[in-house]
Amino acid sequence: MSNTASGFVESDAYIRDLMNAAAVAKTGNPLASASLPLDRRGFLKLAGAGLVLGFYLPGGVRADAETPQAAGAASQSPAINAFVRIAPDNTVTVYSKAPEIGQGIKTALGLIIAEEMDADWNRTVVEQAPIDAKVYGYQGAGGSTTIPRAWDQLRQAGAAARAMLIAAAAQQWGVNPAEITARDSVLTHAASRRSATYGSLASAAARLPLPDPGTLKLKTRDQYRLLGQRHRGVDDPKLVRGAPLFGIDVRLPGMVYASYAKCPAAGGKVKSANLDEIKAMPGVVDAFVVEGNGRPTELMSGVAIIASNTWAAFEARDRLNVVWDESEAARESSSELAARARQIAAGKFPANAEVNVGDVDRAFANAARIIEAYYEYPFVAHANMEPQNTTAWWHDGIMELWAPTQQPNRGQALAAGVLGLPEDKVVVHQTRVGNGFGRRLLNDYMCEAAAIARRVKGPVKLQWSREDDFTHDFLRPAGYHQFKGAVDKQGRLDAWQEHFISFTADGKNPSAGANYSYHLACACKAPNLRRGQSLMNLKAPTGPWRAPACNAQVFAQQCFMHELSLAAGRDHVEFLIDAVNRDVPELAPRSREMNFSPARAVGVIKLCAEKAGWGKSLPKGRGLGLAWCYSHAGHAAQAVELSVDANKQITIHRVVVAVDVGQVVELSGAESQALGACVDALSMAFGQQINIENGRIREENFDIYPILRISSAPAVIEVYFAPSDFSPTGMGEPVFPAMPPAVANAIFAATGERVRAMPFSRSGYRV
Amino acid sequence: MITLQINNQSYTVDAPGDMPLLWVLRDLIGLTGTKYGCGVGRCGACTVHLDGKAEHSCKVSVGSVGKRAITTIEAIGNTPNGARIQKAWIETKVAQCGYCQAGQIMTATALLNHTPKPSDADIDAAMSGTLCRCGTYVRLRQAIKNAAKA
Ligand code: FES
Ligand code: FES
Repeated sequence: MSNTASGFVESDAYIRDLMNAAAVAKTGNPLASASLPLDRRGFLKLAGAGLVLGFYLPGGVRADAETPQAAGAASQSPAINAFVRIAPDNTVTVYSKAPEIGQGIKTALGLIIAEEMDADWNRTVVEQAPIDAKVYGYQGAGGSTTIPRAWDQLRQAGAAARAMLIAAAAQQWGVNPAEITARDSVLTHAASRRSATYGSLASAAARLPLPDPGTLKLKTRDQYRLLGQRHRGVDDPKLVRGAPLFGIDVRLPGMVYASYAKCPAAGGKVKSANLDEIKAMPGVVDAFVVEGNGRPTELMSGVAIIASNTWAAFEARDRLNVVWDESEAARESSSELAARARQIAAGKFPANAEVNVGDVDRAFANAARIIEAYYEYPFVAHANMEPQNTTAWWHDGIMELWAPTQQPNRGQALAAGVLGLPEDKVVVHQTRVGNGFGRRLLNDYMCEAAAIARRVKGPVKLQWSREDDFTHDFLRPAGYHQFKGAVDKQGRLDAWQEHFISFTADGKNPSAGANYSYHLACACKAPNLRRGQSLMNLKAPTGPWRAPACNAQVFAQQCFMHELSLAAGRDHVEFLIDAVNRDVPELAPRSREMNFSPARAVGVIKLCAEKAGWGKSLPKGRGLGLAWCYSHAGHAAQAVELSVDANKQITIHRVVVAVDVGQVVELSGAESQALGACVDALSMAFGQQINIENGRIREENFDIYPILRISSAPAVIEVYFAPSDFSPTGMGEPVFPAMPPAVANAIFAATGERVRAMPFSRSGYRV
Repeated sequence: MITLQINNQSYTVDAPGDMPLLWVLRDLIGLTGTKYGCGVGRCGACTVHLDGKAEHSCKVSVGSVGKRAITTIEAIGNTPNGARIQKAWIETKVAQCGYCQAGQIMTATALLNHTPKPSDADIDAAMSGTLCRCGTYVRLRQAIKNAAKA
């Protein structure tokens, strides 16, 4: 028996690769700053303006702001940055090191620091930290990893600030530091009835040595006053007034605007273009060909049009005629690929199963019941609400970039590579991001802007059109699953065979986003399990898409689990729990990053079933469906109650979500992620599909690529967080994957029709 | 030269008449709160008010605006319903990424302006052209109701 459960372990390998490729310096512990060259005088000189905890960077680093126009007082304040700054007026400023992409991270990270330092949250300002991996470590947002990565680092930063303030007060008052208590940015010594604000102690505290992290006492959960509660979004007051926070909002004096045309079939190159005609158009400043380095994740060949405003650039773009060299370009069609996948599935199981546990053939021979099914799902686009853009300014030997990115560190490295500059000559400013969903883990648009700006005098904003955004996406790959499953006489899951037909870009490895989901090893623990993959060549670029791998594979697997439970004549929930609790050592997670726990899984399944009223009788035409998944360190279950009319119009009456992501950092934001994930998953499951025709993406705008509208959104989505003492993990992904199978299982319960393909609109269902 | 009344201020811009109002606001005037989402009238991110009526500014040529008063997200808080909606938005924590929210707020304010107590069906009808990729609809609906009660 060749056990290769490792096939599961590397599930998020793609995101990890991306992160590692950024060659990020790790600081780990914020107090390790003591080992950085610390200019003591510089530190003290600035201390008069407040306590700056963390790192002093020689050369001076400014505090950042989303956009130059949004820069407030903080960005004009002293040239030091860190996680904490305290002004004499007792305003505490804390720095959020990661991109805000709609996951509420700026609020959440700020709260973690403020909690540990007992800051008055009402007088705490959260600022976007500058991008500097040497100071902050990895600053990306992807794979629901920001919270777990930052948890210890930020708690220590907050605790250290508090310890230094207490030490300063103890010295001034001549009392034992252990007798001083901190609350809402005020220190009190009860015995001597003395108290002082953080602001009044900040200068003194800044002169003290940084504490040894080993001596810091972090709060226990029962001491939390901020974490776990509901809080407002720190930038919401600006947001609702339309303040310039996003990449697209960046404006710099003398700025011009660029549009960049690439070959509509991936991999094509510019042969020639009507540049003279374009340059003569009104508002056009320049037009030129950019060679590119042939890497879709960096810089592909194209034509840049520079104009005095975005519209002039777009208008010129409409008149641009490019002759493309398509000898290396994509020619595939998604309908042909889907047909080929079906043929492959009908043929032999691949000779080399990547996972082979137990004896599947014998189990099938002895099975009480065997069922087979074919599931499929299409390519989908990210369709970020804010089309890709970057503002770039080449000046004084430095390339300055303002970008809505999920991976600023990587963007810095890649842009430097493309320009042939040392990394420290590229400065990245992190703007707010008009959502990410994995698309902005890629930095292609940053590289393009940098390459264009090199040839433009003054700052230039590269703006992709919506059509550019659709046609040059890194798609969620389509996928096709041929299942064969068996249940034994006791009605237990006994054998699972899965042939996963997917894609490869290099002829060897699965395309980005086509990797195995680890869900199978957690949720479908058949003692006899075989899984193999067949790969078809694909040139269209693919990439991570919210809950990579899980976002569609869980649909196929959780629906097939439902089919098996029915074949076994078992209650679906009981059948799921039985499979989770199965002891199949070969399927146990190997990676330290895998915190999968059968107990937590069963916890959310039971909680969800109970809240949804599992087992209650429903009127005809109504159905209750359930599914669960382990995704991105979270355990989540969903139940959907819906009805279906004669025209296959679906009404969703109620959605119940039960989720365990450890302790909840900020309740309102976490709940919001769950609500959004349910809606987003419905949007994908019912309507979304990208068709590739002769290498070209057919869907170019929202008119034919339907994003769910408010009229289709469920009226009621209830979210329950499992009480949990575990360290917190991320909320961006875990609640997405089980939603589509919960809906499909509910459709079956209501109608008896099994939907085995996304989008469900293909089977005539509408929501 | 075209003169526009925007947020109770007069602006004169040098723009061709067929330039969409969206880009005049964003690039020529610097009011970047109004967002570009699709450019074809299918997402609502660019919604502004023309004489109080919600319009997709990507589909309004600047030459066609005439004397109509333009209100954008930057100034909608100066109107009673705009202020109510903004407050409800913050309290209900509607926004995720926030990119669509200027369009949502402008559309929701116009809704309250002519339907002070909207039903679910009114909300669906008014808000269906304003897409949210983050899926904030559940809270958005709640926030409109809260604002209508305020
Ligand atoms: S940008 Fe105007 S409707 Fe989308
Ligand atoms: S809040 Fe992100 S698109 Fe609506």
